[in-house]
Amino acid sequence: MRELFESTIERLLSDLCTPDLVHEAESGEWPAALWRALEDNGFPLAGAPEVAGGADASWADLYVIIRALGRFAAPVPLAEMIIGNWLLEQAGLGARSDILSLASETSLTIGEGRVSGELAQVPWGRFADSVVALAGDNAGQTHVVLLDVATAERVRQGTNIAGEARDDLSFSAAAVVMSAVLPTHLADDVLLAAGAMARSAQIAGAINALLEMTASYAGERKQFGKPIAAFQAIQQQLAVLAEQAAAANVAAEAAFAGADQRLPMFSVAAAKVSASEAASQAAAIGHSVHGAIGFTQEYALHTLTRRLWSWRSEFGSSTFWSKALGEHVCAAGSADFWPMLTNPELQDLSTTQ
Amino acid sequence: MSISEFSYSAIPADAEQLRAQVRAFLSDVLHDYPEEKRAYSWMGFDAEFSRLLGEKGWLGMALPKQYGGAEASPFSRYVIIEELLAAGAPVSAHWIADRQSAPLILRFGTEAQRKKYLPPICRGESYFCIGMSEPNSGSDLASIRTTAVRNAGGWVLNGQKVWTTNAQHSHYMIALVRTGDKETSGRHGGMSQFIVDLRTPGITIRPIADLAGGEHFNEVFFDNAQLEEGALIGEEGRGWDQVTAELAFERSGPERFLSSIAVMHTAIDAIGRQPDALQAREIGKITARLLTLRNMSLGVTRQLSEGKNPAWAASCVKDLGNVLEQELPEILQGVVDEQPQVVGGSAHAKVLAYLTQMAPSFSLRGGTREILRGIIARGLGLR
Repeated sequence: MRELFESTIERLLSDLCTPDLVHEAESGEWPAALWRALEDNGFPLAGAPEVAGGADASWADLYVIIRALGRFAAPVPLAEMIIGNWLLEQAGLGARSDILSLASETSLTIGEGRVSGELAQVPWGRFADSVVALAGDNAGQTHVVLLDVATAERVRQGTNIAGEARDDLSFSAAAVVMSAVLPTHLADDVLLAAGAMARSAQIAGAINALLEMTASYAGERKQFGKPIAAFQAIQQQLAVLAEQAAAANVAAEAAFAGADQRLPMFSVAAAKVSASEAASQAAAIGHSVHGAIGFTQEYALHTLTRRLWSWRSEFGSSTFWSKALGEHVCAAGSADFWPMLTNPELQDLSTTQ
Repeated sequence: MSISEFSYSAIPADAEQLRAQVRAFLSDVLHDYPEEKRAYSWMGFDAEFSRLLGEKGWLGMALPKQYGGAEASPFSRYVIIEELLAAGAPVSAHWIADRQSAPLILRFGTEAQRKKYLPPICRGESYFCIGMSEPNSGSDLASIRTTAVRNAGGWVLNGQKVWTTNAQHSHYMIALVRTGDKETSGRHGGMSQFIVDLRTPGITIRPIADLAGGEHFNEVFFDNAQLEEGALIGEEGRGWDQVTAELAFERSGPERFLSSIAVMHTAIDAIGRQPDALQAREIGKITARLLTLRNMSLGVTRQLSEGKNPAWAASCVKDLGNVLEQELPEILQGVVDEQPQVVGGSAHAKVLAYLTQMAPSFSLRGGTREILRGIIARGLGLR
C-alpha cells in the first residue's frame, strides 16, 4: 500500500501543486482544485477504517503521504486532517469528510455539551469546516471535541513565515458537533505529539527536495570556468545537507513505524528534535550554496526554506522536545538510559506534567 | 543515490531476544568494572573477556556454522555489539577480527583460509589488525608504497604501515599492499590484500604513544618478510575493491556514535534526577541524536544484510556519529559543574578527562571527515 500511496500522491502533487499554486496560496487563496483532487483520491480518509470509507492505512503507510506534502510544500491541511480523523476514530466518533483541522494549543473547557476558550494557531483554521481539539471538564476529565468553525465567536487570522494560515479561534459556549471522553490509552498531549510527528515527516520531505534542488543548481552554476559542484568546499556542504536529509527522514520514519499501538512519545520527541535541527542546517546550506539567486522571490528555494523555518517551531521546537526528553532521561537515571534508548516499552514520555 | 533508500528498519524479534542474555552476562562479568575503564569503549583490551564471549557464541556470529559461527542475522550481531559498547565492555582484542576481518575472509578467502582463520576468531583467540595507512598515505590510501613481490616461497613483503590499531596485540594483519605497477595498472589497480602472520621474521612492531599516554596505534615495518603463497586473500590486483567493500562494515556500526557513551552515563549521575533547563535541553538533544543515529545505523545494517554496498549511507552514519561522539564531552563539560581530572576526582571527572583527550581521534580512525563527505558527494553525483 505504501508504494501505491507514494506514487499516487507524488504524481498528483507534482501535477497540481506547482510553485505558482503555492505562491497563490501564500497570498490567501484556498487551493480548491488541489484539495478536490486529494479528496477524490481518498487521502483525507486514508487512515480511517474501510467501513468509514477509508483505506485503513497504518501510520507507516501514512508517513509517505505526509512526507510528500512537505516535499511539494502543499498548502493544505491534509496532515492535520489525517491526524484529526485518527483521533476521532480512536475516540469512537468516526472520521469526517469535510475539511478538518486540529488545535494542539487550547484553553478549552467543556460543560453540558458547550465549549468555551481559545484555539491558538490552528493550521488553515479559516478554511476548515471543523476543528478537532481537547477540552477539560470541571471534573478534571479530558474530552475529544469536534467544533464547527462557523460557530467560533472570533477568527483572528495569522500566518507563519511561509504564508500558511495559522489562525486563532475563540469559542464562547459553542455547541460541540461531537464529543467523547479521551480514551485512556491517549494522553493530553496527543495532538501536540501527533502534530510534531507530522511536521517531522514534512520537514524530511522538504529537506529531500531542497537537497535535490541544491545539488542540481550546483551542477549547473559555473564559476571560475567550472560547475561550483566541482569545488570541495561546495561538495562538503552538500554532503552535510545529505546527512541531515537522511537523519530527518529516518528519525521521522521511525516515529511513524512505532505509532500504530499508541503514539511513541520518545521517538516522536527524537524525531522532532532531529528534524528541527536538520531543518535549520539544511536551510542555511541551501541558501549558502545558491548564493544571491536563492534570496529572490522569483526562484523557488524559499518555498522550501520558509517552510523549514516555520515547521521546525510548530508543535514544539527542538528545545521544547529536548527538554522533555532530558527531564525524562534524568528522572530515570543513568542505569535506565541505555535500556530506554533500546526499548520503546520503557519510553513513556509525557509533556504535560 | 536517494535519501529514501536510507530507511528505518526495526530489529527483528528473534535478534531482540538476545539482548536480555547479553545484559545478564555483562552485569555479571563486569559488575565491578569502573566507569573510567568503561570509557575506553572499543579500545579496552582484555583477552580473557574476548575468550568468554567466544564461549558464549557471540563472536563471528553471522558466519556459517562449519567455520564456528552461528549463521545469525546481522541484526543479532548488532544487538550483541551495541550492548557491549553501551556497557563499555573491553572488546578491543577481538573487535576488528569480528567486525571486518572475518566477513572479509568469508567473502574473499579460499576454503583453506576460511578453515584456518575463522574458527579461532569465533573462539575469541585470534586477533586481527588492519594495515592500510602508511607514513605518506593517509587519506590518499591509493598512494601506498609497501610492496609484495612473488618469489619461490610465495611473496616477499617490504615497506611500512603506520597508525595500525592493536598491531602489538594482534596475531594477524590484513594488509593492503602494492603488487603491480601503478603506472600500468591505474590509480586503483595493482593493489592486493594479504593475511600477514605478525610473527613472521622481518616484521617489527613499535607502539606509538598517544597524547594521553596510551598505546593503541603502532608502526609496523616489513623488511623482506617472507609470506607463504596462501597469504594472498582474494584476487591479485583487486585489493582496492575488496577494501572498499570492507569499509561499509567498518563505518556504519554503533562504535561510530557510542565511543563517548560513558560520559553520558556519568553526566546523568552527576546532574541528578532534577536537571535544570539547560541540562535537560542538552541531555535531551544528545538523546535524540543518539536515537536517530542508531536508527540510521540499523538502516545501513539492513542494506548490508541484503548484500548491498551502502558506501555513502555508511559514511553518513560515521560522519554524523563522529560529530556527536566528539561533541559529547564538549557539551557535557559545559553543563555539569565538575572539572576534568586525570588523577583524583569523581568518576565523571575521570571519564570526562579521558574522552576529552580521545575525541580528536574519533574522526581520524576509519576515514577522516573530509574523506567521508567526499564519498557522500560522489553518491550525490557531484564528483
